[in-house]
Amino acid sequence: MKKIKIKEIAGEFCENKDIAKKIREEYILPSLAANEQVELDFEGVTGVTQSFIHAVIAEAIRQFPNTFYELVIFKNCPDLVKTIIEIVSEYMQESA
Amino acid sequence: MKIYFSNNDMLMNFNHFLSQVDFKDNKELEIITANNWISVHPAALVLAAALAKKVGKNHTIIDNSAGESGLYLDRMGLYDYSKTESPYKYNQHDESGRFIPIRQILTQSDQSRFVTDIIPLLHLDPEKSQMIRYVIGELVRNVLEHSMSNDGAFVAAQYRPKTNVLSFGVCDTGIGIRKSLEKFHFSEDNLSAIRLALMPGISGTTAGLNFTEDNGGAGLFIVKNLSKMTRNYFILYSGDAAYKLLKYDKRIKGLPKIKSDPLEDKHSAYSDLPKFDGTLVGVDIALDDTETFNTIMEVIKVGYSKSIRERKERKYKEIKFV
Repeated sequence: MKKIKIKEIAGEFCENKDIAKKIREEYILPSLAANEQVELDFEGVTGVTQSFIHAVIAEAIRQFPNTFYELVIFKNCPDLVKTIIEIVSEYMQESA
Repeated sequence: MKIYFSNNDMLMNFNHFLSQVDFKDNKELEIITANNWISVHPAALVLAAALAKKVGKNHTIIDNSAGESGLYLDRMGLYDYSKTESPYKYNQHDESGRFIPIRQILTQSDQSRFVTDIIPLLHLDPEKSQMIRYVIGELVRNVLEHSMSNDGAFVAAQYRPKTNVLSFGVCDTGIGIRKSLEKFHFSEDNLSAIRLALMPGISGTTAGLNFTEDNGGAGLFIVKNLSKMTRNYFILYSGDAAYKLLKYDKRIKGLPKIKSDPLEDKHSAYSDLPKFDGTLVGVDIALDDTETFNTIMEVIKVGYSKSIRERKERKYKEIKFV
């Protein structure tokens, strides 16, 4: 399983979409393509923007609609981060 | 060009402020202040700064007739954009006010630094600071991604402890909302474009609900609804049009409902304002302790999904087979 410490890459408040793209392109999409689990660990992250989370997971949900929810694990998410991840997850499913 | 700062340029009366802006003669900018007293929203300041940057410091003057209240312009950094010297003397380190002076942001890295730097300036607790970081993060990112402005975004904010309201302004002198949407979304005028920009799932980077890998079309929708949920004003101005979200009635208990179409919210719309080549956003958000940011986002989450579903259903209804 690939483990990604979000705070180490994106800081305590995640809004930088260049970094979001890096997480998506370098970690999430290759892992899903290899049918490998990915753990996104939000320990120490206090907040995220919707556009950051969109850039991290939206394409992965679109490309891997059947396996994304089994293979991508979100760890140590504060309530606000959970809510924003759910916003993106829900609208990506609604728009499918 | 001319900008007039009056004694009431808060969002409630912002249409009046906008109607007074004169964009003619784009080689110089004169900032005129009401005699003895001004009261100016950060959105008005960032518009002035963005225009001043456009014409250049040596072609921008401030008339210095605002009396002591003009000190605010100095502390917010507007004199840095003007050749007029500030008449105000004060101790720069005596930060009794809670404000973020005007800042120009050109890159995503600038934005990240800014979002980190601003928190100590406002002396707010971590819970409240999340909303500020969120709003600035989303609005500035919009400018950097969609405005095509060479000057980036101009940002300023002010916290008013008495009313517990945080006011933001974000401005750019880019292509404006209508042009930024036109590749994928036709709008017959600037007001229609503003309406589209405030709807969920509309992005200048894709048609329909086919979100791109980088854009979900939720940024402005969520920020507008943060103002709504905290029962405050929000304004979006581009071209000759502006949309102003009015305060949600405090007598109605519970959290306000989320609407997909901004025209279904209590609002004022203007389509005959002086034509501005760019985009200006003004936001007021109350930082009451009654509802946490997460509770508000939970409501927005439910409203967002519902809005997307409604749009999809509407889209299905439009399909006709012959």
